[in-house]
Amino acid sequence: MDVILFLAFAAIAVVCAVNVVVQTHPISSALSLIGVMGSLAVLYLLLGAEFIAMAQVIVYAGAIMVLFVFVIMLLNAGAESRRGRSLTAQLLGIPGFFALLVLLSYTVLRLFPDAAHVKFGGFTGGSAKDVGKLLFTEYLLPFELTSVLILIAIVGAVVLARKELE
Amino acid sequence: MQHLWLIPVLPLLGFLLNGLFGRRLAKGAVTAIALGSVLLSFAWVVKTLVGLGALETAYIERYFTWFQSGDLRVGADLSVDRLTAVMLLVVTGVGSLIHIYAVGYMTHEGGYYRFFAYLNLFMFFMLVLVLGANFLLLFVGWEGVGLCSYLLIGFYFLKKSATDAGKKAFIVNRIGDFGFSLAMLLIVITFGSLDFGAVFPAAASKPESTLTLIGLLLLLGACGKSAQAPLYVWLPDAMEGPTPVSALIHAATMVTAGVYMVARSSAIYLHAHAAQEMVAYIGLGTAVFAATIGLAQNDIKKVFAYSTVSQLGYMFLGLGAGAFSAGIFHLVTHAFFKALLFLGAGSVIHALEGEQDLRHMGGLRTRIPVTFWTLACAWVAIAGIPPFAGFHSKDAILLAAHHHAPWMYWVGVLTAAMTAFYVSRAMFLAFFGEPRGHHHPHESPPVMTAPLAVLALLSLAGGFLDVPKFLEPLFPLSEGAHDFALVAISVVAGLAGIGLAALFYVVKPGLADAVANALGGLYTLVYNKYFVDELYDAAVVRPVETGSREALWKGVDAGLIDGAANGVASIARATGGLLRLIQSGNIRSYATWVVFGSILVLVAIGLVGGGAR
Amino acid sequence: MTGVPLSWYLILSALLFALGVAGFLFRRNIITVFMSIELMLNAVNLSFVAFSYQLKQVNGHIFTFFVMVVAAAEAAVGLAIILTVFKNRETLNVDEVNSLKN
Repeated sequence: MDVILFLAFAAIAVVCAVNVVVQTHPISSALSLIGVMGSLAVLYLLLGAEFIAMAQVIVYAGAIMVLFVFVIMLLNAGAESRRGRSLTAQLLGIPGFFALLVLLSYTVLRLFPDAAHVKFGGFTGGSAKDVGKLLFTEYLLPFELTSVLILIAIVGAVVLARKELE
Repeated sequence: MQHLWLIPVLPLLGFLLNGLFGRRLAKGAVTAIALGSVLLSFAWVVKTLVGLGALETAYIERYFTWFQSGDLRVGADLSVDRLTAVMLLVVTGVGSLIHIYAVGYMTHEGGYYRFFAYLNLFMFFMLVLVLGANFLLLFVGWEGVGLCSYLLIGFYFLKKSATDAGKKAFIVNRIGDFGFSLAMLLIVITFGSLDFGAVFPAAASKPESTLTLIGLLLLLGACGKSAQAPLYVWLPDAMEGPTPVSALIHAATMVTAGVYMVARSSAIYLHAHAAQEMVAYIGLGTAVFAATIGLAQNDIKKVFAYSTVSQLGYMFLGLGAGAFSAGIFHLVTHAFFKALLFLGAGSVIHALEGEQDLRHMGGLRTRIPVTFWTLACAWVAIAGIPPFAGFHSKDAILLAAHHHAPWMYWVGVLTAAMTAFYVSRAMFLAFFGEPRGHHHPHESPPVMTAPLAVLALLSLAGGFLDVPKFLEPLFPLSEGAHDFALVAISVVAGLAGIGLAALFYVVKPGLADAVANALGGLYTLVYNKYFVDELYDAAVVRPVETGSREALWKGVDAGLIDGAANGVASIARATGGLLRLIQSGNIRSYATWVVFGSILVLVAIGLVGGGAR
Repeated sequence: MTGVPLSWYLILSALLFALGVAGFLFRRNIITVFMSIELMLNAVNLSFVAFSYQLKQVNGHIFTFFVMVVAAAEAAVGLAIILTVFKNRETLNVDEVNSLKN
């Protein structure tokens, strides 16, 4: 059951991710990206990360992607032009991609050769209670700092957006 | 508190006001500031000295610590003792008179405010020099007056000879200052202090070799500042400056700084026999040497300049012979009559609209009588005719020299005769005989003649100020009895000099040229100042110039330094040119570089670092 | 064999990350480039969570959470910048945004 779930959602994630990259219209890319995030949320659940899975759906798939879609709509962005594509990029792109993939995989597997087997329910420490406990004790200062970061981001976004409205 | 600081600060204020705002101020205001600050300073000196009374011991005011380094503390301390008192009166008194005179002399010159600003600055530094209670403060004043001397010699900065003379003075003085600096370092090492009050009492307990070295180095400094052989060459050229400057700086005050410094350091010299002997030799040598050059000069200011060098030699002779007070005494009287001689010469030059060559003067006695009569006072004073000022002080020095070594006395007498001769020659050529120029001389205004009159009075009567007696607490009088035979001989020598000059230039005007022709080579030698300038030029200036141009400029500067700088620049440029290719301005190419860098990091971690758990 | 090997998750993460890099490099629409970055961040998040499972610690989840927060902030500011760029240049093509060079 675990294997099936993993393979299914991993396949969805990969297909959607490929779609993100190859689609020429940004709105297609954005919708594909939402698919990636949704399937990732399921994988998080399989890994026992309940809180993160929910946050993934709400924050990423919900808030951030809505923002993307909203901007795409606002700018009325059309399909990407196909003019002036570099020959080297076309020639090197696919081999380069696979080279990077192999390198990453090799590195990961070399560093973790005796990885455990993932079974649903094998780790139950990812509930909102556990995450919150750690977040408000050991990681209190970074947590508070992120709130400042978000405040700055809001102010920055407002300033940037207001300027062009004038 | 007597507020000694006011004495130097007043002229400094004058300098600041005139220097900063003088260009916009009216001429009257500039005059008022310049004169006012110096006169106030003089008044404050008088008031202070009256307030301090007998001054048996030095009166010191400490203001603040200038700097502290380890155990060495140097304070901004001013002190007054009897020696300082004498110097203060001379500097501010003669300085005030010359300031007044300069108002008249400089009226028609450009840069009026600049002139007085420099002059006030000079007064400030000179007073710091005299008042400083340690060697370093003295050195500050010492360097400062050197700076002002440079500025004022080159006052007519459009004239190349003037700027050259300024540079020459400055550079030659550097040699002396180098010696002074070394002496100070040696004093710090030996005594651990620069305060006069700490150094001099301890001098007796130090090894004589060290003291001798200090004394010789100080003497080197004094030779530079006081124009003694072999560093005297700058002073005659310094006459390029305006005449009041020649009078104030290059006759009455600054050039006597060396004398003051040696007298101030008498405690060291008394325990450094060889150094003191050296002072006497240098003084005597310079006195004779410069006097002979003075015999054949035709520029009236040059005559007096060599006379100044010669008289300074006299002072050093006095110091070297152990008669410090006699040296200072001569400093005082010399300040009177030499300032008068220069101011009188300035008045003559002023009357003749810039003519300085004695051969183009003559017959001025009746045209500018006030100048003539005041100059005559200086004449008799410098010639050593009793009872005028020069007689007393010169006599004191000669007696001390006789006491020290009789042969020095005889050389001194010979010098006295030559002194009388060349001054008389200048006087006869300028004021007697037929007019040889096409000028229409006019007497100087009262603002110039009044200081002349005051100085004339001082030249006549200055000898009765018993300076040696006044300085007795500092410099014990030598026990040498007044030997009237010796006095008489020196007086006769002076009279002989005058008589000979009268014979050559009044009675038989052709005789001088005949003698000059008869002496031939000797005359040429003296006329050309023994070719000392040419000698220095060939021995020092040329090699330094050539070395600077060929080795330092073309080799080190252009080759090494510029080459290094240019090389670094071209390397940077070449590297930049290469790196510029990366900076395409295309965002995606930057992104590619970022990815490339991350891959490098990844490879480093994955293949090399980290390692399996 | 009762579960999925953890390395599969890691390889999936690497695959997603490589796809993100590819999009980041080869796409010209600035918004798509931006989304590629989000994809890379998600790939990293997955590996964080996977390691968290391996080590039986919640810390990985905390990091993922922080990454999300930063991503949110980044998206807000980044999209605002994209808006400004678009208003000024009337283009979303990164190749035409090259005033650093000229």
